[in-house]
Amino acid sequence: MYRETAIVNESEVTGDLVINMGPQHPATHGVLHLVVHINGETIRKVEPHLGYIHRSIEKMSESLSYRQFIYVTSRMDYLSSHINNHACAMCVEKGLQVEVPPRAQYIRVIMDELTRIASHTLWWGAMAMDVGALTPFFLAFREREMINDIMEETCGARLTMNYMVPGGVMYDLHPLFQQRVKEFIKHFRSKIDEYDELVTGNIIFQNRMKGVGILTKEDAVSYGCSGPTARGSGVSCDIRKLYPYEVYDKVQFDEPLETAGDSFARYLVRLQELRQSMSILEQLIDDIPEGDIQAKTKAVLKLPKGEFYTRAETARGELGVYIVSEGGTTPYRIKYRSPGFSNLSALDHMARGGKIGDLVAMMGTLDLVIPDIDR
Amino acid sequence: MQTLTNRSKPVNRKPMTWLEKLYVWNIAKGMAVTFIHIFKRKATISYPEQKRSFSKVFRGLHILNRDEEGRERCTACGLCAVACPAEAITMEAAERQKGEEHLYREEKYAAKYEINMLRCIFCGLCEEACPKDAIYLSQTFAPANYGRAGFIYGKENLLIPNPKEDPEGFNKARGERVMS
Repeated sequence: MYRETAIVNESEVTGDLVINMGPQHPATHGVLHLVVHINGETIRKVEPHLGYIHRSIEKMSESLSYRQFIYVTSRMDYLSSHINNHACAMCVEKGLQVEVPPRAQYIRVIMDELTRIASHTLWWGAMAMDVGALTPFFLAFREREMINDIMEETCGARLTMNYMVPGGVMYDLHPLFQQRVKEFIKHFRSKIDEYDELVTGNIIFQNRMKGVGILTKEDAVSYGCSGPTARGSGVSCDIRKLYPYEVYDKVQFDEPLETAGDSFARYLVRLQELRQSMSILEQLIDDIPEGDIQAKTKAVLKLPKGEFYTRAETARGELGVYIVSEGGTTPYRIKYRSPGFSNLSALDHMARGGKIGDLVAMMGTLDLVIPDIDR
Repeated sequence: MQTLTNRSKPVNRKPMTWLEKLYVWNIAKGMAVTFIHIFKRKATISYPEQKRSFSKVFRGLHILNRDEEGRERCTACGLCAVACPAEAITMEAAERQKGEEHLYREEKYAAKYEINMLRCIFCGLCEEACPKDAIYLSQTFAPANYGRAGFIYGKENLLIPNPKEDPEGFNKARGERVMS
């Protein structure tokens, strides 16, 4: 819904000042264009304009085979690319009715949680940078680098891993994988306390975040928010808990919830999720069963005629993959329900009545990844 | 909608005291954490003077493989081009003439083989599709270039050095990749 907007002008109806934030703005983390209507310093309206990084992944997927389209989805939410691939692979497996070997299931869940930690760590650094603290950004990247190294050793790439294939995973684990993950958990446990010391407990930071961008439980549900954004408002919506997939029903973990619904609540939820992810990793890492890493599938995959839907919990919320198949080798239609899009839609509601200086603090805790919103 | 669990907990929202509003203590605390890191081990390496090695399964630039006698393995069957999600691979096949047996392993070979590195997503499906072990992804990066044309890699860029003439270069290009 692109509309021509001047760089600065006044709304003819209300007399509000209309300013453009983005598409080249450091705090929008990508090419998000926000048209902000302000009266003095008070935000009257926020209009997100999308489409700057639209690559038509859904349409592109229609011409790709069921093995190929999975890898394109790494480019949607590039910070949780494993989980995107996982959701797509699960959808294809559902159509093929393939049982994934237990070893592959364990590996997948471990990789998902590592990705979640990497994503949340990066978010923590970027968000602290948005509100003015530069050091956390470097600290976060240092920890994330360890995960990237683990990923590179096993999956062969650092960001867009392309590790999931329909029926399992591409390669077997690196021999040192378990040791590296344990080292990382040990290292990260001490670092996360440092995070708390540096940012969470900081009064200046709390002042910026508390009471900002309040989203009530009812609004979070009606806007379709999911993930930590909704959990910060007290909506229990963790797909791993509610509709467990792979081995999530075998592990013990809590779904962190906060009731305040403001930016600080969303912040706390994500930091607690980091700890929960580490506890999931600790439970799984020692008993990865031996066995195959891939179920036997045909070289050319053909899904039976019908409609298939799976969902997975990415670092940002619920990712839904909906495949309509006509029985051929390529999907007839693919629809992704991306968490970022729904979370962004709540921004206007959260920001109205707030101050322009707080807009970045609200956006930061939504954890927006623009390629995920545009696709 | 009700929460499905009752695990939510209330958050402390009491107003700050006068001392807390001064921020001095909090700034000092934050600075202490930051400054301690000056004396810790460096987390970075000085690229490009120092370079870290990649793992064995790292998917970098493509390499067209030769066999032990230095003959090209590729038969231009086109399976890699079909498998490629990004449609980055194009090729033209040609028939081996008499007297070229030392150049090409089988009767058919790729006269032209191009990979567009700007399209490539380095997924490794070409390597998986290849029945002749002719293409694989090496442990090197795509170097920077001045124009788009420079990213279209032809056979001269992709072919591995001949193991008979340049065994050192062959081994270096092959890296530690385990090949069957």
